Amino acid sequence: MQPTNRSSRILLPVKLWFVYLSLIAALGLEYIPSGRVPGIPDWVALVLAIWCVREPLRIGMGVGFVFGLLVDVGQGAAMGQHALAYVVLAYVANGAARRVLWFPLLQQAIHMLPLFLLTQVLMLVVRVLAGAEFPGWSYFLSSLSSALLWAPLSILLMLPQYRPVDRDDNRPI
Amino acid sequence: MSFVGHQPPPIFKRGPAPVARLFAFVAICLVLLVADLRFRYLEVMRNALSVVTYPLQMAAATPADFVRNASRYFATLIEVQIENADLRRQQLASGERLLRFELLEQENAQLRALLDMSRRVEVKSIAADILYNAPDPFARKVILDRGTQQGVEPGLAVVDAKGVVGQVTRVHPVQSEVTLLTDRTQSIPVSVVRNGVRGVLFGTGRGRLEMRFVLADADIREGDQLVTSGLDGVFVPGLPVAVIMAVDRETDAFARIEAQPLAAVETSVQVLVIGRTAYPPPPPEPAARER
Repeated sequence: MQPTNRSSRILLPVKLWFVYLSLIAALGLEYIPSGRVPGIPDWVALVLAIWCVREPLRIGMGVGFVFGLLVDVGQGAAMGQHALAYVVLAYVANGAARRVLWFPLLQQAIHMLPLFLLTQVLMLVVRVLAGAEFPGWSYFLSSLSSALLWAPLSILLMLPQYRPVDRDDNRPI
Repeated sequence: MSFVGHQPPPIFKRGPAPVARLFAFVAICLVLLVADLRFRYLEVMRNALSVVTYPLQMAAATPADFVRNASRYFATLIEVQIENADLRRQQLASGERLLRFELLEQENAQLRALLDMSRRVEVKSIAADILYNAPDPFARKVILDRGTQQGVEPGLAVVDAKGVVGQVTRVHPVQSEVTLLTDRTQSIPVSVVRNGVRGVLFGTGRGRLEMRFVLADADIREGDQLVTSGLDGVFVPGLPVAVIMAVDRETDAFARIEAQPLAAVETSVQVLVIGRTAYPPPPPEPAARER
């Protein structure tokens, strides 16, 4: 079947303040102390990836770096650990944007899963090289839940950009 | 790189190419990581950034606090009564020991004065609650609800009713971060109660502790109690730490000694932060070598 660009129906341009507001909200979710429950999604990585795919010309590695540092400080992790992971995530997501958007949301999520795993593996390698212990395989559940949330969160973040439907039979789109 | 795609032709100038920017950012991150993990240079930067993140963290902690308090609110009356009876019994038992302790302390002070020895270090203690486990999954750390404003400093020991839980490693204005004994990077100087043999306990990251660098023929047995030796000048001496579980002398020059922490390291909720009020003078400079 010929792929169609169905998933990106024509949207209003996104407001930059909305992007940053959603990222700050994700940062707040990231800071909620959840103890050691496995499978808590990496909210900032998820929202950052959504914007990197949707707005590859405006949101990229710089934003990833800054928010990565903020997550590092808030979590008491090694300085630069999340920043490194998010910079790589933003780079790949920016580059993959024009391919990924051709697919419907669920297939987009399948594209993003290895990307989230890559960020987690990067963090794991950095910390284990520095002498930390391996946190167990349930650590990777976080990527899975992030990928599961890709579709609902994409719809949620695109809602403000939907233009009201006014049908006009004489207009081609 | 086909997944990442090809770059558009440079019709519009958009700064350096993405690959160049990627390498620049990765280089900065690696420098930060090395500076932080190896040399601990970045505490200033961390504190500066935490001014930005702190309000957000406080806001995010509110729902967790609410859940914690709500579960406490709905504890049944019977549970509370049972707990109360337990506590009364414990208080009676410890009160009797406390009476003897005060007597002994007085006697000790007099004897020390007679012998013209320096007084034992004064101890300060701050009661604190453990709020939650630190979110970093690579380390065993917890967050306390007391910080610099209440007098917590980095390096102080954290104990529960049975023994040492860990050590304060980072302090914020009203919170502090404690590295548990079981963390792989944590170590604590101890001595055996029975005969005073000294050693250092290391966390293994698996809940057990390991006493390293003790000679294979040292007099250490299963069941020996370990207390802090205070030789580091940071911990208060005499706090119970762990009990020896297994001694294996077959390995090589050093015995392989496993110990079990006495405190409920991973589960305790109410703790005391204990520290010296005065630190010992720095060790004397080694005498200049004679030529």
